Amino acid sequence: MRRRTLELVCPAGTPASLKAAIEAGADAVYLGLADETNARNFPGLNFSPRDFREGLALAHREGVKVLLAVNTFPMAGNVGPWRRAVDLAVEEGADAVIVADIGLAAYAARTHPEQRLHLSVQASASTPDAIAYFVERFGVKRVVLPRVLTLPEIAALNRAIPCESEVFVFGGLCVMAEGRCALSSYATGKSPNMNGVCSPPSHATYERDGDALVSRLGDFTINRFAAGEDAGYPTLCKGRFRINEDTGYVFEEPASLNALDHLGELIGAGVVALKIEGRQRGRAYIAQVVAKVRAAVDAATAGAAVDSGGLARLSEGGRQTAGAYRKTWR
Amino acid sequence: MEGQAQLTLGPVLFNWPAERWRDFYFSVAEEAPVDCVYLGEVVCSKREPFFAPMLEDVVARLEAGGKQVVFSTLALITNAREAQAARELCEDETLLVEANDPSALGYLQGRPHVVGPYVNVYNEDTLLYLAGGGARRVCLPVELPATSLASLGRAAQGHVDLEVQAFGRLPLALSARCYHARAHGLHKDNCRFVCAEDPDGLPLKTLSDQPFLAVNGIQTLSHAYVNLIDELGALQDMGITAFRLSPQACDIVGVAGAFRDVLDRRIDAEEGTARLSRIVPQAHYSKSFFEGAAQRA
Repeated sequence: MRRRTLELVCPAGTPASLKAAIEAGADAVYLGLADETNARNFPGLNFSPRDFREGLALAHREGVKVLLAVNTFPMAGNVGPWRRAVDLAVEEGADAVIVADIGLAAYAARTHPEQRLHLSVQASASTPDAIAYFVERFGVKRVVLPRVLTLPEIAALNRAIPCESEVFVFGGLCVMAEGRCALSSYATGKSPNMNGVCSPPSHATYERDGDALVSRLGDFTINRFAAGEDAGYPTLCKGRFRINEDTGYVFEEPASLNALDHLGELIGAGVVALKIEGRQRGRAYIAQVVAKVRAAVDAATAGAAVDSGGLARLSEGGRQTAGAYRKTWR
Repeated sequence: MEGQAQLTLGPVLFNWPAERWRDFYFSVAEEAPVDCVYLGEVVCSKREPFFAPMLEDVVARLEAGGKQVVFSTLALITNAREAQAARELCEDETLLVEANDPSALGYLQGRPHVVGPYVNVYNEDTLLYLAGGGARRVCLPVELPATSLASLGRAAQGHVDLEVQAFGRLPLALSARCYHARAHGLHKDNCRFVCAEDPDGLPLKTLSDQPFLAVNGIQTLSHAYVNLIDELGALQDMGITAFRLSPQACDIVGVAGAFRDVLDRRIDAEEGTARLSRIVPQAHYSKSFFEGAAQRA
């Protein structure tokens, strides 16, 4: 068994990525089934029940935990698939199930009281009392903290909550409170909360307009790139828009979260696990990012200097941010 | 079913000058045919001190006008001061409170309360769990399609009242970051209350010049006003029992009158629609999530 003071929780969108994450030093991997029950429901991603069983066996042989994300909100009139995903996690021996929905948490706690539950970031539990609600009622053992809190707020929160906390350390950055954003749903009709997709490729288009390249999501222009400008993917909240006469990235520039410079503070704040975002990413990306973060975490745990560089080319738009961890981001 | 549906007025989401805020509610108290009024700051706790001194008078007038008053909590609580304020509001057992952050669900457990549209209630299991904890009315998330509303309506019968927003810009997202401040080159902590410049939200257009969204501090709204005045019958048939009008910088008394007249069958939906177009000529109306993505532009 690998023993670490900080658990590094890594994304696995495919069996190949799961293997890559394990080889690169993951303590735990999180993954979803190939349907709307998880928040990265993209074509070609995720695990069939059989892939899940095999991946779980492989991970457990290597001493790596497996967390099943069932972190979308079950559809009214059709909660069955979400319940079955929880049942499958229990049957196969997943180390934890990550849930966001109150009704699903209640189902899991009632039907499988021994199963370890983690509260997804999608539940948007950002205060001690919100977290206590889920701990007291459903026995949640760990909360993934919303990306709305500063480092001092995380430290204060950890002193007040009756469970473990996990925070994001690298990858895509929701600039809106997770689980409470209907922007992509408004533009495309596909909902992150219900369908598990944000700014889905099925609704992304690119169109030439003279020398410019226009990117769209559904019927809405998300960005317009001049000749020679690098064209990015039309993620809604990373788009360029117009307010009055000013044009710019109203919500956030294309950027990835990189909190490696703050690992010491996160350890000091009492966080027990660090999460890398990116189940939609390929095997090579996972291998590189996990190895880099692994080295940084090991250095920070040993009290050594952390090398936070080298991830810029793996970041959106080549830019990185510490996001809400720094108060001035707000 | 006609005659049983309630008309409610959601909380003012924008940073209006305190006198305007007070006078708005005074006129609602006397003239607007709504059954229930939600009061309180939902978007940004920094705004609350401005209207707090007027709250008592406003509540008195609304109650004298026969309105049920519900106190709404902040939608995104991020610090100890905000948590304390929400806790104090919820612990006052003389008040009916609308929970908009999951924190408040715990405070309100076991006694009658309302669950607001910022709490994720997507399915029957969650709906009935919250009803078991004391929720008497649930205002559903704005993105639910008609099929979900119908399923929830069936499950709710006899357990809990269901409310949907039927008028006004749709609250689509919340953030720790203030986009009003950011648009002015400021941060949330030194925002200079620039959100007060936009009493109906700050319009955001795409680079193709298409109106898209409206910024309101840490909140992002739709540019279009949702308008379900010609779906009220269908929604009632699904089991929706209350309809929320979200205050905009417009003649809300007139808007409420149009909805009331349609609900009471004094005018038909077509006439109601025409009347709303006259009352708020600047609004771009949409059925939004009720109908599907293609209708939203």
